Amino acid sequence: MSSGLYSMDKVSFDQTLDLKAIKPYGDTMNDGKTQLSFTLPVPCNDEAIEAAKQLMRKMGFENPQVVYYKELAKGFTFFTCYGSCVHTVDYTSIHVPKVESTAMDMHETDEFIKSRIGRKIVIVGASTGTDAHTVGIDAIMNMKGYAGHYGLERYEMFETLNMGSQVLNEDFIAKAIEMKADALLVSQTVTQKDVHIKNLTELVEMLEAEGLRSKVILICGGPRLSHELAKELGYDAGFSMNSYADDVASYIAQEMVVRLGKG
Amino acid sequence: MQKSKLGLNFHKVAKARQIAGSIAMEMQKFVNGYTTVAVERTLCRLMGIDGIDENDAPLPNILVDELRNNEVLSQGVLYYLGNAILETGLSPQEIAERVSSKTYNIVNAAVHSQEEINKALKPYIKTSIERIKANRKRREDFIANIGEGAKPYIYVIVATGNIYEDVVQAQAAARQGADIIAVIRTTGQSLLDYVPYGATTEGFGGTYATQENFRIMRNALNEVSAEVGRYVRLCNYCSGLCMPEIAVMGALEGLDVMLNDALYGILFRDINMQRTMIDQYFSRVINGFAGVIINTGEDNYLTTADAFEEARTVLASDLINEQLALLAGLPEEQMGLGHAFEMNPDMENGFLYELAQAQMTREIFPKAPLKYMPPTKFMTGNIFRGQIQNALFNEISIWTGQGIQLLGMITEAVHTPFMSDRYLAIENARYIFNNMKGIGDEVEYKEGGIIQSRAQQVLDEALDLLMKIEKEGLFNALEKGIFADVKRPKTGGKGLSGVVAKGSNYQNPFIDLMKGGKK
Repeated sequence: MSSGLYSMDKVSFDQTLDLKAIKPYGDTMNDGKTQLSFTLPVPCNDEAIEAAKQLMRKMGFENPQVVYYKELAKGFTFFTCYGSCVHTVDYTSIHVPKVESTAMDMHETDEFIKSRIGRKIVIVGASTGTDAHTVGIDAIMNMKGYAGHYGLERYEMFETLNMGSQVLNEDFIAKAIEMKADALLVSQTVTQKDVHIKNLTELVEMLEAEGLRSKVILICGGPRLSHELAKELGYDAGFSMNSYADDVASYIAQEMVVRLGKG
Repeated sequence: MQKSKLGLNFHKVAKARQIAGSIAMEMQKFVNGYTTVAVERTLCRLMGIDGIDENDAPLPNILVDELRNNEVLSQGVLYYLGNAILETGLSPQEIAERVSSKTYNIVNAAVHSQEEINKALKPYIKTSIERIKANRKRREDFIANIGEGAKPYIYVIVATGNIYEDVVQAQAAARQGADIIAVIRTTGQSLLDYVPYGATTEGFGGTYATQENFRIMRNALNEVSAEVGRYVRLCNYCSGLCMPEIAVMGALEGLDVMLNDALYGILFRDINMQRTMIDQYFSRVINGFAGVIINTGEDNYLTTADAFEEARTVLASDLINEQLALLAGLPEEQMGLGHAFEMNPDMENGFLYELAQAQMTREIFPKAPLKYMPPTKFMTGNIFRGQIQNALFNEISIWTGQGIQLLGMITEAVHTPFMSDRYLAIENARYIFNNMKGIGDEVEYKEGGIIQSRAQQVLDEALDLLMKIEKEGLFNALEKGIFADVKRPKTGGKGLSGVVAKGSNYQNPFIDLMKGGKK
């Protein structure tokens, strides 16, 4: 199988960690070892394997190894490969915009709102556009919550409405006006062909047209969203995977205080 | 009396079924008094009306809207078509074209006797009935002469948005061992009150369900079925505002499996409950006649609610779906009643509870090709753990003899499946189905143990729930949010304006023809 399996060769690279030039780690610092799999639209033969290796080299992998291959269908071959990445990244120069708030649990957030704001915060949420998935908005809003994090409906100091899925942006805004919402939560799960970008952008434009944009805390969330993308699209915050109701709740409460000038 | 491995009390099962039967019967009394725009468009299609106008509006919509706008839809489209055929000597298609071009006023067609109308309609009725019968026979002959895969049928989805790309993916999946190919619909199609026309190449998260797309994919699967020597079924989705219409398009093109839940549209798409109940009836009459296996959507309850806590709702809904389907003449052998592997992976003994529920479902619906859905809610993007979750799911399926295995994909929650995702899923299922084939016959469950107790508890709870629903009536139960914690008002949701009480001249001869037809 793989030629490097029982290699006694001395490693020839520098094995000290340099945060200015990091690369993948297999079992030795700076070995660059990476696993990847892909399918090439060619029949399964020696040429296909060579093509996979050449592609790996172009992707920046030294010593490319095809450890498994299989013809999935006529003219399509699947590969599992390993290689050593030649590229590095300067970790010290990276800056990722993040939602700036201190995480609080449900009781802390409720107490915080009681003492600093003194009234309930109104939140309207929906999965908008043609998106039929409620899993995201439900995980954040439903009483029960998700993975042990209670949803916003359970908070004493939030008045919430979860409009569910496939809510039109105009209906969403109408409800926000009706309920005098302080914060709007938009969930987007389907991202094929960037349909979420179009939809999220449309909402911002419609809110601006209504003169509402600056009056609400506008938040979007979804597995393929990031805070950075959210800011770019004109949102106040974006939440992605591994965010729970408490993260969203803490942010809303603290942002409200900032906006009310009570910070 | 059937012997239960779980120590289930079959008197309780019979009692639960009887209550579900009375809930369904009560609903049927309501359904019998009404028709909908979707039902009437379905009748147009059964009369051979197809095609679109210059604005892409389907002719069945144009004709039905013409009657609705003139407030005469209560008499039914067949009444007017019958009179129009007698008056003009034209075919239903030609009549619809003239209505569309406003060169014929169908509402003013001279009135003829019911007998004459029936005679005028008869050849068109016969043509479509024969076509559906021929499709059914083609499927049955293929399976009898050449064969099909063993159960659980391996079910995979394709969802490229482009029907021609779907064909490539579907044929590849069939060659790898798939028994059922489902073409996921484009997001939002369930809320369209018409069915788009022609071959389509643009969709979001799926491909439009159109009659032409059905035809293209069924032909592609015929080709690959012959090649692999195993009948490969085609599945699509008729939930939404066009339930019977998509069912009939499927029947006309020889589709084999249809998502066709009685409650799903109400709960998860906010479609009006009256509209849905009327539509589901005719759609199931059609699917029953066409030999189509229906799939119900109980798995959806568990994508938001907890699989452990809501097991009773799944069972209660399965029983109601079963009874409603029986009233539509759909036999148990065509009922792919749904449930799902959605137990929280962090739960101690979650596998045992899941095993208990799957075995319970098997024993309560012994003839049904149960549709078992894979983990989705707890798929995280950790594809390596995902492969294990899917393996556990496959183990339960072969162990408890499920009918249709909707394979889990390691990239669930990441993207629509790649060709390689599907290959890995099929390899996983085939390995386990083969390696553990006889386990269900070999292993019994400890008396009074975790598994037996769990199944008995779910049955008891479902029985209580059904009694509660019976007392309320199904509409009230839906208004109160008994299913999946979703509350829907009886007059709310989409599509209520398409519901019409039947008038004195109303007729739909297909109901009797199809229910009395070849089983």
